Amino acid sequence: MPSIVSIEQVRKTYATGLTALHAVDLRIEEGEILALLGPNGAGKTTLISMTCGISSITSGRITVGGHDVARDFRAARRMIGLVPQELTIEIFEKVIDTVRFTRGLFGMPPDEDYIRRLLTRLSLWEKRDARIRELSGGMKRRVLIAKALAHQPRVLFLDEPTAGVDVDLRRDMWEMIDELRGDGTTVVLTTHYIEEAEAIADRIGVINRGRILLVEEKETLMRRMGRKQLTIELAEPLGAVPAELASYNLELGDEGRELVYAYDKAAERTGIASLLAGLTAAGIRISDLRTAQDTLEDIFVHLVRAEDREAEPEAADPEARAAEQAEVYP
Amino acid sequence: MNWRAILAIYRHEIARTLRSITQSIVSPVISTALYFVVFGAAIGGRIQEVEGIPYGAFIVPGLIMMTVLTQSVSNASFGIYFPRFTGTVYEYLSAPISYLEIVTGFVGAAATKSLVIGLIIFATAHLFVDLPVKHPVWMIGFLVLTCLSFSLLGFIIGIWAANFEQLQVVPLLVITPLVFLGGSFYSISMLPGIWRTVALFNPVVYLVSGFRWAFFGFSDVNPALSLVAVLAFMGICLTITWWIFRTGYRLRT
Repeated sequence: MPSIVSIEQVRKTYATGLTALHAVDLRIEEGEILALLGPNGAGKTTLISMTCGISSITSGRITVGGHDVARDFRAARRMIGLVPQELTIEIFEKVIDTVRFTRGLFGMPPDEDYIRRLLTRLSLWEKRDARIRELSGGMKRRVLIAKALAHQPRVLFLDEPTAGVDVDLRRDMWEMIDELRGDGTTVVLTTHYIEEAEAIADRIGVINRGRILLVEEKETLMRRMGRKQLTIELAEPLGAVPAELASYNLELGDEGRELVYAYDKAAERTGIASLLAGLTAAGIRISDLRTAQDTLEDIFVHLVRAEDREAEPEAADPEARAAEQAEVYP
Repeated sequence: MNWRAILAIYRHEIARTLRSITQSIVSPVISTALYFVVFGAAIGGRIQEVEGIPYGAFIVPGLIMMTVLTQSVSNASFGIYFPRFTGTVYEYLSAPISYLEIVTGFVGAAATKSLVIGLIIFATAHLFVDLPVKHPVWMIGFLVLTCLSFSLLGFIIGIWAANFEQLQVVPLLVITPLVFLGGSFYSISMLPGIWRTVALFNPVVYLVSGFRWAFFGFSDVNPALSLVAVLAFMGICLTITWWIFRTGYRLRT
């Protein structure tokens, strides 16, 4: 099945000469929730803006539902709904009017029944005749979502939907995204909250410095890159790791009261059973065991740091940098 | 053509006008009424008539033109500048609409509003003076063309302006002087020698003159020339608008 959104070798260079994206390739499948994860300035918003028609494409090609977003922009844009990052909305208008307006702008015939259902679902129906300036920030964001869904798009882009949003609203938002998936709407969201990607995405793309570092199923990503750690609490502290256990690469922690063993959960043999047997054989008494897994955050930090080091070698070496600065400011 | 989108933009802009009805409609009407009192009653009492037309009636076409010009520019420029300022312009850019549709919606709404104001002033003028209209079709024609072309100019200013100050600069420093020097309150034949020639470089002279001809059958310049001038001005504005959208100037990064 062809991808609903296909981004091929897309570059973006601004008039200032700044290159925001370097030959990005990305395919988004129908019905999935894809989270684009990246630090500020990584190029997330640029990528969305180009797909939605707000920014021009320097080179490369983007199609939505098979329609080229530049040449066949009407057909492409009709399929897209966009919730911008900022609360950009005309505050003097009534909620229902602004939603009707967007529907009209997208060339759809009026459908009051659909709008009623949409507003009800977003808990906005009671507020339909309120002026937008009377609403709270969270409500305004809901209005933006209602506008983005007013023309029944097949792909919804949410640019940092939960930036600066309180915990309750964030949970609501996640639930709503899940419901949208239930309707078959494809959702692409950008975020710099790893927790968010972990909670709702099917696939995760990591983007940094205008490059997509990887795109993978969330589970695969976690499994592939997620190391597990077994921490063994000892009844009596050890001075050193016993020589007969050297092959496990154990680390001694908490002043000799803990042994830490890193293993791969997906491996055929984790080595846990034999390690425990070895400890018993060495006469070491165990008081407790606990395991911990890398979170997506660990993976992300790892990836982005590695890339940043590559991009700016001097940044990785604080001494060299300090020396350099010392030359400039003696 | 995405007619629904044009209609949506048009209605959205008209609704914005209706939300601020006092500022949009009442204030231009009141200020024009003040001009009637000052120029028509106070000064007009001494001038009597210009080219055989009572001064009070003589200034009516000029007054209507003046208001319509400034209103067209300010409505249209604000109409497109405001979404740029608040950021809501993203919606227009991401909608399945062509530039032509955006311009038609915005300029159509701004021109409609100016036209309504022009007609209200025209009606109000009847309260003050006896006002014949010799060529009603031409009168409406000149009015509509002026509303459209100056709304286009306003649209261009609204795209160009980088801040609220710039938004005010052109109307204040260009439009207002041109209007005041454009023969709104006098016939350019009343100007001394050289200034009469200078005045002919002022596009507003042609508008006012043509419009006045539609009322009284008297004009400073040939009404056909006036018509050509309006159409040429509109052509220039259309070309600039076309260029703006082609290049994405100040709209698409």
